[in-house]
Amino acid sequence: MSAIDSWLRRTLGRAGWPIALAGAVLMAVGTFLSWTYDPNIVENLTIYLYPAGPQVYTLILALLAVVMLLAVRGPLATRPLGSLLPGGAGAARTAGVFSVLVVWLILVSIAVQLHGFVNIDPGGWVSGVGALALFVGSRALPDSPRPVLDWRLPSAVQIILIAVALLLVLTAAAYALNRSDAWVFIDFLLFLAGVVLMSRNLGILGYLADATARLRRVTLLAAFIVAFLFPFTQNGSDANMSIATQVLIFATTAIGLNIVVGLAGLLDLGYIAFLGSGAYVGAILSASAFTHIHWHPPFLVVVLIGACVAACFGLIIGSPTLRVSGDYLAIVTLAFGEIFRLTMNNLDGSNGPDLTNGPNGIPAIPDLRIGGFDFGEPHTVLGIELGRFANYYFLLLVVIAFVVLAFARMNDSRIGRGWVAIREDERAAEAMGVNTFSLKLLAFAGGAFLAGLAGTIKAHHDVSVTPDQYQFLESAFLLSAVVLGGMGTVGGVLLGAVILKLLPEKLRFFSDYRLLLFGLLLVVMMRFRPEGMLASRRRQLELHEEDEELAEELEGQVADVEVAPR
Amino acid sequence: MTATEPVTETATVLQAQSITMRFGGLVAVNNVDFDVNDREIVGLIGPNGAGKTTFFNCLTGMYRPTRGTVSYRGRRLPPQPRLVARAGVARTFQNIRLFGNMTALENVMVGRYCRTKSGVLTSIIRGPRYRREERETVERSRELLDFVGLGRNADHLARNLPYGDQRRLEIARAMATDPGLLLLDEPTAGMNAQETAQASQLIFAIRERGLAVVVIEHDMRFIFRLCDRITCLVRGEKLVEGTADVVQSDERVIEAYLGTGPAKAEGGR
Repeated sequence: MSAIDSWLRRTLGRAGWPIALAGAVLMAVGTFLSWTYDPNIVENLTIYLYPAGPQVYTLILALLAVVMLLAVRGPLATRPLGSLLPGGAGAARTAGVFSVLVVWLILVSIAVQLHGFVNIDPGGWVSGVGALALFVGSRALPDSPRPVLDWRLPSAVQIILIAVALLLVLTAAAYALNRSDAWVFIDFLLFLAGVVLMSRNLGILGYLADATARLRRVTLLAAFIVAFLFPFTQNGSDANMSIATQVLIFATTAIGLNIVVGLAGLLDLGYIAFLGSGAYVGAILSASAFTHIHWHPPFLVVVLIGACVAACFGLIIGSPTLRVSGDYLAIVTLAFGEIFRLTMNNLDGSNGPDLTNGPNGIPAIPDLRIGGFDFGEPHTVLGIELGRFANYYFLLLVVIAFVVLAFARMNDSRIGRGWVAIREDERAAEAMGVNTFSLKLLAFAGGAFLAGLAGTIKAHHDVSVTPDQYQFLESAFLLSAVVLGGMGTVGGVLLGAVILKLLPEKLRFFSDYRLLLFGLLLVVMMRFRPEGMLASRRRQLELHEEDEELAEELEGQVADVEVAPR
Repeated sequence: MTATEPVTETATVLQAQSITMRFGGLVAVNNVDFDVNDREIVGLIGPNGAGKTTFFNCLTGMYRPTRGTVSYRGRRLPPQPRLVARAGVARTFQNIRLFGNMTALENVMVGRYCRTKSGVLTSIIRGPRYRREERETVERSRELLDFVGLGRNADHLARNLPYGDQRRLEIARAMATDPGLLLLDEPTAGMNAQETAQASQLIFAIRERGLAVVVIEHDMRFIFRLCDRITCLVRGEKLVEGTADVVQSDERVIEAYLGTGPAKAEGGR
């Protein structure tokens, strides 16, 4: 890219800036014109002087780009804007890249859906050409360093900033989930990525990250509250809540896996089996008419039994294999996952006891009922109807809060330090008196415990439990969520879980190519950001070993964030 | 602290009896007896490949010796590194093995692991006992960092420390296990004269705290000035044992280092 950049810079010289500005203005103008004649695709872009959907994204990007460009040069650049936005050039460049993506994705989608580029109206062409001009022109801008903001704001203001940021996240999430058109959904995600990266160029993202690290508890609490508010944005619709609960179950399990993989560094390829054992315990001990055990203890007891059964499986698998090196563990866990599925498939009475109804699974699991609260009934709170999935959502939110708390506290404790030491150098850890075997076993059983816990809820949520829900592919997805999001961090895994669960739901028409897409995504990630999207500082160092500058830059932060409380 | 324990002048801290270590047909250590007394600094020298590090690994349970026993303060040491560390024998490594992506302080805190108790539930609940233990761990670790002269580098990542500091950090980490005996494998390898002098000051200071120390080293001047007693290993066997003067003037030692033949004629010097 830099070769093209320098070529552009030489050819265009100082003409880059006016070209970029003209492009941004063209983009903005184009959004007020019609992009196509068919009102039924990509959210009706046919109306003049009334931007809709993707046109709004384009307009916002264009306006942001204009502000950034004015901060780089022109009468406003020296005083008010230039000093306020020192990273303007970088942000303008990001705006250029994402303008092209956002505008042209929609143009291509129009061409695909209406068979031909002729179906694009002049407005689309105006914005499209403008986006390209902005892209080319901004490439020729001089470099600007990414600024480090050191506003010394009172912590109350910082808290407000964090709250605003989180509310923006909530709004964006609610908005994104309501996009029914897949093209527009992707377009919005691209727009969002562009805005986030621009704020990174300006140093705002870095500042927020620092603020959240300083005010960790407040941030966690605020994030929890925002997540709690989410069902109230859905007007009683179950469609998105169903996705949200699935994301939460997936995320809970992934955080459990993150203890095993991210903290203790043990590769577990059969983790879904622990979720499955929890689910089967939940199903078998439920009041379903299809179970063969007629003992129905209260749900809290079932949760504990499910979690303990999973943890016992963890101990049984772990104790022989954790003594040998990691590769064997990966193979054994892979085999365990398959054994679990096949066993559940065969415990149908023809061979051995009839526990699971074989491939038919256990259907008709009744909804949860805790202390008179029926999870199947819709409830109305503050005039907003909350459906069945919203009930499960709240329960899962409590569970995930517990899991996150457990994860964070374990990470920052004697045991967590032991895990990191084992990952860094097992022999040295052992020579320092760290009981490596039992610590690894603990990580393994602890992760299984959390998965089992999530499983018992999943059984009721899904209504039926069948063996094919717990196949190897699911383990692979869990692992991808951990790797994609960032090993050893909570936020990263949550993000990874959201992406891996949400995208397939929203991109149904794409489902044939789902695996291909994930494969590509993983390859790209491993090439450009092997530590995951939200990396733990330690991982970042591990994977960029020769980068001493990064090490020094991160050094202070590691000390600030990850050392035990004084 | 071990310093407060009443021990007689010549109490034996470590006793290794007829240690033999075979790897297939190769005899790396052959029938070596080795004692360390309380508050003693013992040197272990020998040419490359003499089996010094192998012998260390036998002492610390990294290897299970083919024959022979190791006991610490009269109790037999099981051949498991973590139990050896718990019993009170700590070590450093010839090729530094710090936890590179942890800070200096965290490295030392890992050393406290075997002397602390917090389990899963206490770590999650974080009651007053947990917090007290955690605070004590941090305090003790900081004190040890100050002791080895790394107090200012507590929050630096181990892998970013200069070489000499990494060696000292390893010593601090080993001392965090509250050992009565410290085994140092080439603590001055790659150090300049000034750093070497600092290292011997440090080892004397460690002895002041009531620890016995065993040092493997190639720097003869360093070892002769430092050690109360020196054992010379050659081809896995104990050649000489005694004070610096005895070992220094022993012809067989010089022969082992310089070889026979022409060297023998000048050996007298």
